[in-house]
Amino acid sequence: MSADHKTTQLDAPLSETTRTVTLVTWKTVGVLLVVTVLYALLLIAVPHSGDTRFLLSQRSDFFQIPVIVVPAAPFAWACGAVMLAVTAVAVVLTARGRRTPLWLVVIYSLAGLAGFLAWAGAGSPRDLSIVGLLGGAVLWSVPFVYGALGGVIGERSGVVNIAIEAQLLGAAFTAAIVSSITNSAFAGLFAAVFAGALVALVLGLFAITYHVNQVIVGVVLNVLVVGLTSFLYSQVLVPSAETLNSTTRFASIPIPVLSDIPVLGPVLFDQPLPIYLMFIAVPTVWYTLNRTRWGLRLRAVGEHPKAADTVGIDVVRTRYNAVLVAGAVAGLGGAFYTTVYLSQFGENMTGGAGYIALAAVIFGKWDPIRSAFAGLLFGFASNLQNVLSVVGSPVPSQFMLMVPYVVTLLAVAGLVGRSRPPAASGEPYIKG
Amino acid sequence: MLLELRGITKRFGALVANDHIDLVVQPGEIHSLLGENGAGKSTLMNVLYGLYDADEGEILLDGVVQNFSGPGDAMAAGIGMVHQHFMLVPVFTVAENVMLGHEQTRGGGRLDLEAARAQVKEISARFGFHVDPDAVVEDLPVGVQQRVEIIKALSRNADVLVFDEPTAVLTPQETDELMAIMRQLRDEGSAIVFITHKLREVREVADRITVIRHGKVVGEALPTASDAELASLMVGRSVELRVHKGSPQLRDNGLKVANLVVTNEVGTVVVDDISFEVRGGEVLVVAGVQGNGQTELTEALLGLEHNVSGSITLDGEELVGRSVRRILDEGVGFVPEDRTLDGLIGEFTIAENLMLDRSDGPPFVKAGALQLPFRDRFAKEKVAEFDVRTQGITTQVGRLSGGNQQKVVLARELSRDLRLFVAAQPTRGVDVGSIEFIHKRIVATRDAGVPVLVVSTELDEAVALADRIMVMYRGTVVGIVPADTPRDVLGLMMAGISPEDAKGEVA
Ligand SMILES: Nc1ncnc2c1ncn2[C@@H]1O[C@H](COP(=O)(O)OP(=O)(O)OP(=O)(O)O)[C@@H](O)[C@H]1O
Ligand SMILES: [Mg+2]
Repeated sequence: MSADHKTTQLDAPLSETTRTVTLVTWKTVGVLLVVTVLYALLLIAVPHSGDTRFLLSQRSDFFQIPVIVVPAAPFAWACGAVMLAVTAVAVVLTARGRRTPLWLVVIYSLAGLAGFLAWAGAGSPRDLSIVGLLGGAVLWSVPFVYGALGGVIGERSGVVNIAIEAQLLGAAFTAAIVSSITNSAFAGLFAAVFAGALVALVLGLFAITYHVNQVIVGVVLNVLVVGLTSFLYSQVLVPSAETLNSTTRFASIPIPVLSDIPVLGPVLFDQPLPIYLMFIAVPTVWYTLNRTRWGLRLRAVGEHPKAADTVGIDVVRTRYNAVLVAGAVAGLGGAFYTTVYLSQFGENMTGGAGYIALAAVIFGKWDPIRSAFAGLLFGFASNLQNVLSVVGSPVPSQFMLMVPYVVTLLAVAGLVGRSRPPAASGEPYIKG
Repeated sequence: MLLELRGITKRFGALVANDHIDLVVQPGEIHSLLGENGAGKSTLMNVLYGLYDADEGEILLDGVVQNFSGPGDAMAAGIGMVHQHFMLVPVFTVAENVMLGHEQTRGGGRLDLEAARAQVKEISARFGFHVDPDAVVEDLPVGVQQRVEIIKALSRNADVLVFDEPTAVLTPQETDELMAIMRQLRDEGSAIVFITHKLREVREVADRITVIRHGKVVGEALPTASDAELASLMVGRSVELRVHKGSPQLRDNGLKVANLVVTNEVGTVVVDDISFEVRGGEVLVVAGVQGNGQTELTEALLGLEHNVSGSITLDGEELVGRSVRRILDEGVGFVPEDRTLDGLIGEFTIAENLMLDRSDGPPFVKAGALQLPFRDRFAKEKVAEFDVRTQGITTQVGRLSGGNQQKVVLARELSRDLRLFVAAQPTRGVDVGSIEFIHKRIVATRDAGVPVLVVSTELDEAVALADRIMVMYRGTVVGIVPADTPRDVLGLMMAGISPEDAKGEVA
């Protein structure tokens, strides 16, 4: 044999061995097991009896679906049985070295949720409105989703956007004034975008140009904006509430035909403009980050700024761009408070939504779509207690507030794999 | 394009990294820069590439003075560079890395990934690389990453190309390919600067050689000069290019690996049922093309791999299942393959890096408190002993030149009481003078009765250091052969051909 043989062999892809095996973890099974046990304990410790009435359509709906009445205790236990069955299947699959498919987990979650709702609404004479449950979730999630998008954009470029809270609150405040003065919800929305970007500009100035620790700048900004808006609120807005703090809001725009779909119609297709905008914003941000030049450079700067620099990308400029866009997007979320939800600004009315958005960023693994879903989940959680208190559930509302977060934490621990932030997130870029 | 550097001076604080350097590179010429670690080669090239601002001096292209404010300007002027430390975004694909900075787009601002892929494929084909444009860079072995870096530089059609130690992580075959590429580019009229520590490569491919020492040009040489001449010009003294070692004094203790299987996180079996033994007092070199399981083998020895079955015993004690801490405590010294990633903390000082794996007790820590005087004394000693070129022990390791970083890792790992020494690519990017030194230290460790396992893709190094050579291919052991096995046979074994067949084919 000749030397030729040698080179051709060595030219082949080098890093492949022939054998592969499937690796499984018991983490998923563990979480399913824990949740099932907690669920059963809840049913045993606090038994509820009576019927639960699930309302699927609204009175005004074109299609009417009758109220579904289920006996709470048996139904809740039946759901528990489904959860147990899924857990058992997962155990068997894992033992055989196979992964638990996602659809099983989805079935498990739906069963758990339905059972929980039946338990919580047991014995109440009022109907538990599914439309209210879902529609409210979408509504409540608006600031979380916009905030999370702002967080994702900032952090993918290497700037930690702790200041989401400040952007939301500043935008809500600005939107309130502008919308009140102009009597135009649109003007309020635009103003909110600028307010968000303005807060972001300050963040950028300190974090990017002066290399100040980004977490500190963000926290300081949050505190600053709370103080500033509270001060202006009491000094300026309260005295002249009529002219400065009674906003014009966006009206709901039902989309013909689509809004008549039972359950989903009113939830998704009978909403005010900023919410439709949100439906568009999520995929747009995803597309921009992953499929455009702007997004590629933004991610490069967030992962390895020096490498970006060596191919002629202006790191500082790219980061400023990203941070400003991030602030503007978060500003849209702030506009929700005063141009959609309420018609006036209230002191510290965002109440920590920015921090929840930040959590959504991480739960969503810095991906716009996943983060938006995380925001939706948090919106659902926030809304759940409202709905249940309307139903008059005997469950203490503090407990209700807690449960969804516990479940979320467990879900994230068990179902979301390794998550890794952008490598240069939080790192100022200093040349040379 | 004609490149001229005139009187380039670059200072880092009190340190003069480049001291009035003049350099002329003609179009159609491969100009080799030789110099010890820390001589200032990379600094000079970074000045040329616009990454550093020169304190004095000017850069001329075709006689026109250039004013680069950043790499973007240098690239626009036709300068391309393959960086010593990869400038690749680890989570991007090959195509994304190659297109970054000069992306083509289609309608709607959409990135034209197809064009980038095609470009990667085209360059790969032209130069005989095998690089998958859709592979994620961090999943690729370093050798392949190096090729990506080269493709990136070539994709911009630069007239002046700088290769800063591109061959440090390449196999001999890959190096030959790269040298063919450089010749091809030269013949097309490019001006090429080629930095390497391997004298064979210099003699083979360079048209002219400039030697730099302590930031100054100390002389020029022709490729006809002998290795010894070049080495002494570089280092300023004569260098032994051969390792002198006696026959091994084998002991009974040692490392035993039996039926070791390592699976990576996506389920690929990367080390596939291998068994071997290294006795105290011998050096076993693991040879083979990079990416055939050597890295994972060494990491499994240190307890860094998660999915491991089989057994690893050191002097009869089982190591599989132990934590890294407890394995280190057993006296295992480990030089990782990638010093910047796994071996050092760039932001820490030399002194801190030298005690990095000994922070849990005396003599460096007493009652929870760092013993700073002891640490500093220790660091000063080691810096002197291992000849680390630095301004002082409080210098951040990340600011050292590549070869000097490597010496810091070696200094740390060789300064403990060892019962096993594992080194992956111990002389990667190290100058000839330091190679001599490191090889001597490894041989001394062996002579002290410690089993030594060295992974090297460098056949010269394998043959020089080894008492026995183990060749790995696709996660399995092709064979374990004596060090005096002919290179042709080793080459065939590295392609997966059993030693018997290989001998037959060569004969
Ligand atoms: N950013 C920096 N800050 C301070 N000192 C630096 C910096 N970069 C390099 N140096 C110092 O300048 C000197 C020259 O380093 P350089 O990287 O140019 O060496 P080199 O010739 O490329 O060496 P090697 O062959 O090891 O890569 C070294 O002493 C190094 O410590
Ligand atoms: Mg260098």
